[in-house]
Amino acid sequence: MSEFFTTTAIVATLASGIRLSAPFLIAALGESVGQRAGVLNLGVEGVMLIGAYAAYNTALETGNVLAAVFVAVLMGVLMGAIYAFITVVMHAQQGISGIGIYLFGLGITDLLFQKQVGTPKPIDGLQTTSVPLLGDIPTVGEIFFRHNALVYVAYLLIPVVWFVVNRTTFGLNIRSVGETPEAADTLGVSVTWTRVSAILIGNGLAALAGAALALEIGIFQYNLTAGQGFIAIALVYFGAWRPSGIMAGALLFGIVSSTVLQWKTLGIVSGSASSFTAMAPAVLTILVLVVVSRRIGQPSALTNPFDRSD
Amino acid sequence: MDHPRPRGNQPVVLGVDSSTPRPVSPMSPDLDVPMLEMRGITKRFPGVVANEGVDFTVRSGRVHTLLGENGAGKSTLMKILFGLYRPDEGSVHLEGTEVEIRSPADAISRGIGMIHQHFMLVPTLTVAENVALGLGGAWGFSDLRPIRQRLVEVSERYGLQVDPDAFIWQLAVGERQRVEILKALFRDARILVLDEPTAVLTPPEVTDLFTTLRQLRDDGRGLVFISHKLHEVMEISNEITVLRDGRIVGNTVPESSSRESLAQMMVGRPVLFTRTVQPHDPGEDRLVVRDLVVQGDRGNLAVDKVSLSVRAGEILGVAGVSGNGQRELAEAIFGLRPVESGGIDIDGVPADSLAPKAVRSKGMAYVPEERMRDGVIGEFTVAENLVLVDHGSPPYTRWGFLRFGAIKKQCTRLVQRYSVKTPMLETLTRSLSGGNIQKVVIAREFSCGAEILVVSQPTRGIDVGAAEYVHEQLLGQRTAGAAILLISEDLDEVLQMSDRVAVIFRGQIMDQLPRSEATAMRVGRLMMGLKAE
Repeated sequence: MSEFFTTTAIVATLASGIRLSAPFLIAALGESVGQRAGVLNLGVEGVMLIGAYAAYNTALETGNVLAAVFVAVLMGVLMGAIYAFITVVMHAQQGISGIGIYLFGLGITDLLFQKQVGTPKPIDGLQTTSVPLLGDIPTVGEIFFRHNALVYVAYLLIPVVWFVVNRTTFGLNIRSVGETPEAADTLGVSVTWTRVSAILIGNGLAALAGAALALEIGIFQYNLTAGQGFIAIALVYFGAWRPSGIMAGALLFGIVSSTVLQWKTLGIVSGSASSFTAMAPAVLTILVLVVVSRRIGQPSALTNPFDRSD
Repeated sequence: MDHPRPRGNQPVVLGVDSSTPRPVSPMSPDLDVPMLEMRGITKRFPGVVANEGVDFTVRSGRVHTLLGENGAGKSTLMKILFGLYRPDEGSVHLEGTEVEIRSPADAISRGIGMIHQHFMLVPTLTVAENVALGLGGAWGFSDLRPIRQRLVEVSERYGLQVDPDAFIWQLAVGERQRVEILKALFRDARILVLDEPTAVLTPPEVTDLFTTLRQLRDDGRGLVFISHKLHEVMEISNEITVLRDGRIVGNTVPESSSRESLAQMMVGRPVLFTRTVQPHDPGEDRLVVRDLVVQGDRGNLAVDKVSLSVRAGEILGVAGVSGNGQRELAEAIFGLRPVESGGIDIDGVPADSLAPKAVRSKGMAYVPEERMRDGVIGEFTVAENLVLVDHGSPPYTRWGFLRFGAIKKQCTRLVQRYSVKTPMLETLTRSLSGGNIQKVVIAREFSCGAEILVVSQPTRGIDVGAAEYVHEQLLGQRTAGAAILLISEDLDEVLQMSDRVAVIFRGQIMDQLPRSEATAMRVGRLMMGLKAE
């Protein structure tokens, strides 16, 4: 155990925790926008996989990371359009529709991977970019300011999402259709378009989260996300629908994951013990969900389809 | 006046020139001019004609009352006006021009404002944010400063005091209604529809509301007032239209009508108004509640040290504005909600923390306020709901099997005795009218031999005839010696039925008055949390 409590090991663990938290953070922030508008999307995991594969394949074909991110987000928005049509326009049950999206994402990415790529080929993923000056600070710089671009994007999204939801007219519309769509409707706010837009944003971000994951690891494989999309949904509840709370949850998961990895690398845990330790994030998810089951602050109209004639 | 009448469909631009807010009420002072005419409106739903050939005119500077029972077609007519329904036949004319109102937003832009009975407010937003909703703003950023400034002006002008930065969930019902009115005025509503605005208010609040309404009327706005409280209708209306079964059955003015004549038009037969509770000596205490403390759904203090006692042969009325702890009190007494501290005694024996089944075995019955959620199972038949309490014991069950013969015999008797109008005993309960569903609940609860009755909102949302019947049954139980706790938000009902009146406000009993001292004004002030003058 003592080998873990060295400055080098702890700094490395924290830095990698922040890096690992980025996909959680991006996906959960996106999901929170949808939920504030009253739409639960259980398909985050599937959309993340689609984003991950789209980014991987584009990077493989073109070698252009920016193009890879762009294509991934585009695919996410496309999936969002499908999900919005099913749930908002056709008023289908959100829970089961989201599971359908997840299964679709899981299946289609594997199929395309088998057909288009076949054997795993690594790609040149995202490069670490050190922030000028800040990145040179000892320890602090190592932990916070030497990451790839999408990690910075993830953390910049926190104030952006907060501002859009709380300080813009669009955000006011989002909050109102998530709480009392009838009231919004009588004032001429389009419940349909507000929810559709929120879903498109949420799915775009979910796909971006998948891209962040694939471009970070530089590889794609079946079920690459391994449940991270579902954890992201749990984080929205954990964070009580607030960007700051979601950040806290994402960091917690990132650091737990990196600690587990570090322990394995250092041989602190090995064999069957390491398999058990690997379950830590899953156990943590369950504990978190039990603790936050009070659902304080949940948008009242979450999962309720809106139909004016009812 | 020669300034042009403002067009309602002008876009409302906010945040552009906040230094010179637009005039608050640029209304034409022309009075008695038709602003809105609805001609020959017919609306059919599967199996029902909700409106049939209805003509309705709103004039500037006049209050036009729409009177009718639940289901008479008032709401349908107003939903057509507000763009929520399209009429099958007939036309809507605004200031002489035929218009087609496609949506609520369309109605608002044409200068029609609606104060819904169930407030259309977002509880988690502030007053200013609720008013700003749907107005848009400069560059998509919601700048609430100009909104706040105009809010203060409009509320001062019409005496509608409200804090722009308060969250809706923090406000009392009366304040929420003021926000609704402000929302409509903010959008320059020239025609204002108020759907049962007094149903949730205390008498002093009704007085304030009427002052505001008169001022709006004198500004030249056209007001539609919907209510079935006849003394209010007589007080505020300039013109009264009575609807029954979707048709207009009368058009009159208050000067040439009386409460009795209006009620007869509304119901179609004479209605008994002056039922008096004959005083008689009550018996022993049956139900005693001591310093009861109960939590609400959000962990808040819903019932705060309430002490009450109900004697045999007595109706204790609990008056109060909705959401002051009435539901939690009733649920705690009936064992549906845990008691934090304090006690409940039935016939001197502690009965708190008992399950509902044990409470029932001690002779208590319960008529819940949400009859569709807690009173009946909508997907069950009338017969099944009628025996739901006793279905597990003889004669309805033997050896674990239901005995349909015995059930049918008992239900036939109950349906006749309590005049439940149902096509068959096998009819699904949810397909009955609200009044008949309530009769099913009353029949079951009053026939199981219980002598302590906890009755919540027994006539809410049911028609006058059924309400009259429920009241007769309650008085019958009282005469038979039952101890009755009557919890109601309808102050008239409490005053009419009770031997004693307790007033609940924020979970506390403000005062308990004998019937002779409980005047509407005095109880109304207590309902607002104001102690003795």
